[in-house]
Amino acid sequence: MDLAMFLSVIIGAIFINNFILSKFLGLCSFIGISKETKPALYMGVSVTFVITCASIITWAIYNFILVPCHIEYLRTISFILVIASFVQFVEMVIKKFSQALYRTLGIYLPLITVNCAVLGAAVLNSEMFFKPGISTLTSFTLSVLQGFCVGLGYILVMLFMSGIRERLELCDVPKSFKDAPISFIIASLMSMAFMGFSGFRF
Amino acid sequence: MLIPILTMSIMGLLFGLGLAYAAKIFRVEIDPKIDMVTHALPGANCGACGMPGCASLAEAIVNGKSEVTSCAPGGQEVYDKIAQILGAGIKVKKKKIARVRCNGGKASSDKYEYVGLKKCAGANLLAGGNKECRFGCLGFGDCVAVCPFGAIHLNENNIPVVDGSKCTACGKCVKACPKKIIILEYAEHEVYVKCLSHDKALAVKSICPVGCIGCKICEKLSGGAFMVENNLSKIDYTKAKPDTPWQTVIEKCPVKCIVKE
Repeated sequence: MDLAMFLSVIIGAIFINNFILSKFLGLCSFIGISKETKPALYMGVSVTFVITCASIITWAIYNFILVPCHIEYLRTISFILVIASFVQFVEMVIKKFSQALYRTLGIYLPLITVNCAVLGAAVLNSEMFFKPGISTLTSFTLSVLQGFCVGLGYILVMLFMSGIRERLELCDVPKSFKDAPISFIIASLMSMAFMGFSGFRF
Repeated sequence: MLIPILTMSIMGLLFGLGLAYAAKIFRVEIDPKIDMVTHALPGANCGACGMPGCASLAEAIVNGKSEVTSCAPGGQEVYDKIAQILGAGIKVKKKKIARVRCNGGKASSDKYEYVGLKKCAGANLLAGGNKECRFGCLGFGDCVAVCPFGAIHLNENNIPVVDGSKCTACGKCVKACPKKIIILEYAEHEVYVKCLSHDKALAVKSICPVGCIGCKICEKLSGGAFMVENNLSKIDYTKAKPDTPWQTVIEKCPVKCIVKE
């Protein structure tokens, strides 16, 4: 567990393996909630929060339940179970303690349940760090760090996209390309730009 | 085979019980009326009322922040249902509609030839638009494009016209207009000044034939209902009397910027 490893996880999660533009996960919310910057940022922050917490919980589930019982192949379904329950729980807590925040997040919060980026992060963590060779503490720290950085990468791209789409509102887009189609084209261009990062392999 | 089934069942059961328990602990008291109003609304979550969905509108209605008649697609049937749920003593607020407060259009002169995007927001970025009058309508129809009910169209003079029967006062055109010349006003206040220019008479005269010049004729004739402030005539409906001579004022206005809907 040294600095170089941390750095490679951080840069890897944010840029090289950016969930939206390189792995094409979480595209639903990416297209759906990127029309304006403010909701996009809120969505990004809540996704980051959920991914980070889900990384902690899935790490515990995997290492303390699935591995001892030798049922690692049930990883996906158990992770979905955990994430869905966790988002529900977070929703309840927020609703109880901060009505204002609950109203701001609104529909985005339950939407995270079905956001494949959350599951993707958990699965990626388990593939990369939940191995016999890596010590428990290292795998835990790196998983949480990677979860957090995946969220940061998500926020970054959401902000790019919403910024572009806000300017796009003022552009003379052909009628057949308005809204979603032009967004997909822009997303593909951005994705090509992000492919450049894949040259940085550590 | 037994172990995975057991593990997953136990996990599912635990999460389910945990959530049920959490739901009990973190329960928030909600006014049951909100739920009832939500069911009375159409449930299409169309967003025409300006809220994210029907549930949030229901909350706003119950809390008195929105009018009972906010749901335009619902129509009278829905209003009746909501009014029934909320009980007697609900005041139906006065209907508002969007009013375009400029009549310049093609008649007012241009500052330069604008060849960019055919949008008011785009033109406005270039020195506040191509019209000589800095208060006036740019005429590219951003309000027409944004209206969810098709209640606005541009007339032959390039000025937006609001169809009062279709307008629901959702306020989207008000937000879209970069010149802020669309204003929500009470529909029953039929007479209004179709100009927002604070320029002095000479300046207005040289650029627009229908701009208010602040001549104060309306002020003298109306007996208090009109007030010229900062070179612009304004109507104060609280001072209007039943015998206010609206028709005379409209006829006597030298530039015909006072109109009746």
